[in-house]
Amino acid sequence: MLKKNKSNTSASDVGRKRKNDIIFIVLLLVVISVSALVMLLMRSEGDTVIVTVDGKTIGEYPLSENREEKIKNGDGYNILVIKDGKADVTEASCPDGICSAHRPIQHDGESIICLPNKVVVEVRTQDKNQPDIIT
Amino acid sequence: MKNRQTKTRKIAFMGLFSSLALLLSYVEFLLPPIFVAVPGIKVGLPNVVILFVLYCLGLKYAAVVSFTRLCISSLLFGNAMTFAYSLAGAVLSLIVMAILKKIDKLSEVGVSVAGGVSHNLGQVLVAVVLLNTPQIAYYMVVLTVTGTISGIFIGLCGALMIKRVPKNKFF
Repeated sequence: MLKKNKSNTSASDVGRKRKNDIIFIVLLLVVISVSALVMLLMRSEGDTVIVTVDGKTIGEYPLSENREEKIKNGDGYNILVIKDGKADVTEASCPDGICSAHRPIQHDGESIICLPNKVVVEVRTQDKNQPDIIT
Repeated sequence: MKNRQTKTRKIAFMGLFSSLALLLSYVEFLLPPIFVAVPGIKVGLPNVVILFVLYCLGLKYAAVVSFTRLCISSLLFGNAMTFAYSLAGAVLSLIVMAILKKIDKLSEVGVSVAGGVSHNLGQVLVAVVLLNTPQIAYYMVVLTVTGTISGIFIGLCGALMIKRVPKNKFF
């Protein structure tokens, strides 16, 4: 525990830097946790599922109705399932399967993104037309 | 004559460091993803080499090694998209690390943590722009935590290397 630094000239320097390191890391984590908390508290349940492919909106579906959609982009596809007020991508052609591994989404602003197919499935609240009402 | 010799040495060492970083990229490529739901979580092993070169030889050489590594690893293990993501991450992290090193308030570990987190930040920013979806910024919460952990690890490794490898042996 009490390892002395061999070069005495920079011993205090090293200690000071280590202290700064810890302060920096703690500060970084505090900032990110506070912003995470703010984001978590501000979210509300959404009511519409918006599907975009390559930046273009291709469909809007109400979250209250159960349905299944096949989203196609070139050779790739993603299966979107809306059930019990939650939207989920259950199957996809992409190699990584990140989108299908993602848990179902229901809150305003949540999204499932498939990078290989350029598909974004997003939950929105439709009656609030201004999405950045907070800012 | 002397000048030419140093130049050749520099080129040789840059090649050596680039291939070392590339090798670490390959090792990282072989590791299974830690967390499938959030892409981008990586240990960032090549950053040990970048950190070392930044501290021992300077920003110019670190940029050369980083860029060479990036081009070759994108060609070998990725595609044009991974190149864009990695480039943004690498450039941002190198700039942040160079500035923090210049300010000289943090040790190698702190600099490495800042580098790791800013690497993630650069990638997230590119994803926001390319996919036109600001919501991707949410990933930053997870990525900051993992970036900090891997940054500490890389910083400790890098600090050991910087301490033990004699600097004047290069050029």
